[in-house]
Amino acid sequence: MPDVSALTPGAKVLLQGNEAIARGALEGGVSLAAAYPGNPSSEILQTLAESAEGAGIYAEWSTNEKVALESAAAASFAGLRAMASMKQNGVNVALDFICNLTISGSQGGIVLVTCDDPSGVSSTNEQDARFVARTAVLPLLEPATPAECLAMMRLAFDLSEQIGNLVVLRSLSRLSHTRAGVVPGPLPPAGPKPYWDPKQAWFTIPVVPRHQAMLDKLAKAGEILGAAGLNRYDGPEEPELLVIASGSARLYADEARRMLGAGERVGILHLAWTWPLDKELVLKHLAATDKVLIAEELDPFVDTAVKSLYAANAAELGIKHFFGQDSGHTPCIGELSPGKLATALAGILGLPWQEVDPDYAQRLETALTLAAPREVGFCPGCPHRASYWSMKQVLAADGREGIVSGDIGCYTLGVLSTGFKRVNAVHCMGSGLGVASGLGKLRDRGFDQPVISVVGDSTFFHAALPGLVNARWNNSDYVLVVLDNSATAMTGFQPHPGTGQTAMGQPGTPVDVEQVCRGLGLPHAVVDPYDLAATQEALYDALQQGGGVRVLIFRRLCALVQGKQGGHPHSISVDPEICRGEDCGCNRYCTRVFRCPGLVFDEDSGRARVDEVVCVGCGVCAQVCPAGAIKLSPKEAAA
Amino acid sequence: MKALGHDPLDIVITGVGGQGNVLASQVLGRALLTAGYEVTVGETYGLSQRGGPVMSQVRLSSGPVLGPLMPEHRATAIVSLEPLEALRVLGTYGHPDVIVITNDRPLRPLAVLAGEQAYPGDQELKSTLASLCARLWALPATEAALELGNHILANVVLLGALCALELMPIGANEVEEALASMFPEKLMGPNRAALARGAELLKEG
Repeated sequence: MPDVSALTPGAKVLLQGNEAIARGALEGGVSLAAAYPGNPSSEILQTLAESAEGAGIYAEWSTNEKVALESAAAASFAGLRAMASMKQNGVNVALDFICNLTISGSQGGIVLVTCDDPSGVSSTNEQDARFVARTAVLPLLEPATPAECLAMMRLAFDLSEQIGNLVVLRSLSRLSHTRAGVVPGPLPPAGPKPYWDPKQAWFTIPVVPRHQAMLDKLAKAGEILGAAGLNRYDGPEEPELLVIASGSARLYADEARRMLGAGERVGILHLAWTWPLDKELVLKHLAATDKVLIAEELDPFVDTAVKSLYAANAAELGIKHFFGQDSGHTPCIGELSPGKLATALAGILGLPWQEVDPDYAQRLETALTLAAPREVGFCPGCPHRASYWSMKQVLAADGREGIVSGDIGCYTLGVLSTGFKRVNAVHCMGSGLGVASGLGKLRDRGFDQPVISVVGDSTFFHAALPGLVNARWNNSDYVLVVLDNSATAMTGFQPHPGTGQTAMGQPGTPVDVEQVCRGLGLPHAVVDPYDLAATQEALYDALQQGGGVRVLIFRRLCALVQGKQGGHPHSISVDPEICRGEDCGCNRYCTRVFRCPGLVFDEDSGRARVDEVVCVGCGVCAQVCPAGAIKLSPKEAAA
Repeated sequence: MKALGHDPLDIVITGVGGQGNVLASQVLGRALLTAGYEVTVGETYGLSQRGGPVMSQVRLSSGPVLGPLMPEHRATAIVSLEPLEALRVLGTYGHPDVIVITNDRPLRPLAVLAGEQAYPGDQELKSTLASLCARLWALPATEAALELGNHILANVVLLGALCALELMPIGANEVEEALASMFPEKLMGPNRAALARGAELLKEG
């Protein structure tokens, strides 16, 4: 990530949406930024951490999103500007605090950035986190371009201070991961010395009058934002169709209108802030049209607000036709696109529109049958492949139809084929331990299947600890396998409590999983998942023990990190004399069953072979081959 | 600043996670921004570094700022680091007039390695791709990169080929400057050679 504190004010640069959010935060005077990694939001804090020294701010990877926001609130109470960034799931984790912070209010400008992920490109769900604005009565900004990300972050800190409450900025995976030209502004002088007047207290009672104050703050935010003129209309005075759009949908609607040549007939109301609803502006434009299309990504958030406003004013406005998710013109699932909006506009206006020539579409359909799906899977050398291999073998040997309760991280891919589809449930951060805890208490009711809960090292510290304490306290019967690859690998190798390094590259105090187990009085052992025999023996024994939680730590560095640190010392080869291919009765065990992309089955010779470009030399497959045909040899020294 | 022959000019860069697709789109975006164009680079990644398909979109216009996603079936050119991924992207962005530049080296999906799915034959794939575009260049980019010392240079070879197209408003020099702003000088030798080799391959092909 670039050091965005070093950018030259006034000189246009190509910035990613997340980098622009980070620069906007610096320009807005942020002093403390905290986050837990989660795509598509991770690059915001990564960029701020990279820029922290240059900008003189503090940036932190926190153990989870709630702690991140609480840390930011502390800075706000002490008079500094602060922020927390997270993906949509993180908003749920932080929600309890958010719903109380909004009552207590804040001092220094404080901003929550949520990066939502329509289509779930890198998520377990595609939740629309904008609900938080309505639930917690907070102003909501929705930029559409990296340049707007920067400008709106700057504005968000001012707004927060003006109303004395948290402000939410919502990005989308497309925006967070889009690069476009951005012109940075100047950086402000360093913030004040933090000070918390001991006579000042931040709390939520009496609740009812403070609830009123919270509503008043939102109304004030609407006035300030209205005066800033961020929402704008673009189109004819009395359009045949009014599109009310927010986020990326604003750009898609604009492009759809251009493609259809419908500039004379369609007006677009660009909503850059969507909560509170800009009632005055929306009413003005509702009055000037008969047809309204609402374009936004995921939930009908603006949609229901606009329709509710219309219902309250229907007597004056007369009959209007609304189009959008309810009418089937836009989807409520997955991402929008310019083509989807062009189809919607053309359908409403009765314009001719052909997305693709029908003959070409027909030929495409036939051709695409050749395109085998490309499933995501564990990297070559990934310790998780070896770990799931052992779980599969041990559960088969155990024979009691064991259940594996999964969690969030690279190892979530255990539900797919490179994890041998061995994971039976995955929901949210830490939920695997809670589910296992419940299952492990069903023994009295006759549930006799063994239970394994798998959790990664970063997730262990994020949200797994309460579930583990619960299981310890209530004597739930399961085996916890901590897949410790010493990295937050899925989101880009951010440090976490176990690694003992902080976001800003300083040494922290490592908190290791064994320490936690010792503190909880849990039996625990460490194994190397690359050593299949030892791992399987330890897991089998743990499964047979029964009674209470037993912890096994499968510890082996993430293969990608290992690669950056010089890789493994072996090179791997298949001895074609020993490999009998399909003849030996193994039925292509290594490629068909073990499924490491470093192993290829050569149809011509009828033998397995190693793809040297892909193989990283972990050597696990050598333990898997029933014929012992896979050989390790010392890697040749680089020339 | 050269006028755009296509406006918007929409380029898809695709491949498999780990092939340097996102980097190629960043280099191109930076070069175009420096040359004075309004450019938007949309990147799709997330799980993709785990061997899944990756796609970036580089969008240029002389007018309004464009969104991160181009309209379906309107790409000007598709650059692919893997031939099957070129086909997959044609499925969403292809049309009879699109130009396709692809690496000819297959990276077989897991299901193919496991013997559960088939990967089309070399000729079948090439003729299918050719039948779905105005012009196909299937170039030995990985081979050329290996000759230059590292398979990872295939992305730069293909950038060299792309920028040798008439329709591109910038050439290899601008891309080279963008690379030089991102990499230390000691890595620039192979990168320069890769750009030049890409342009040669396009002209030969």
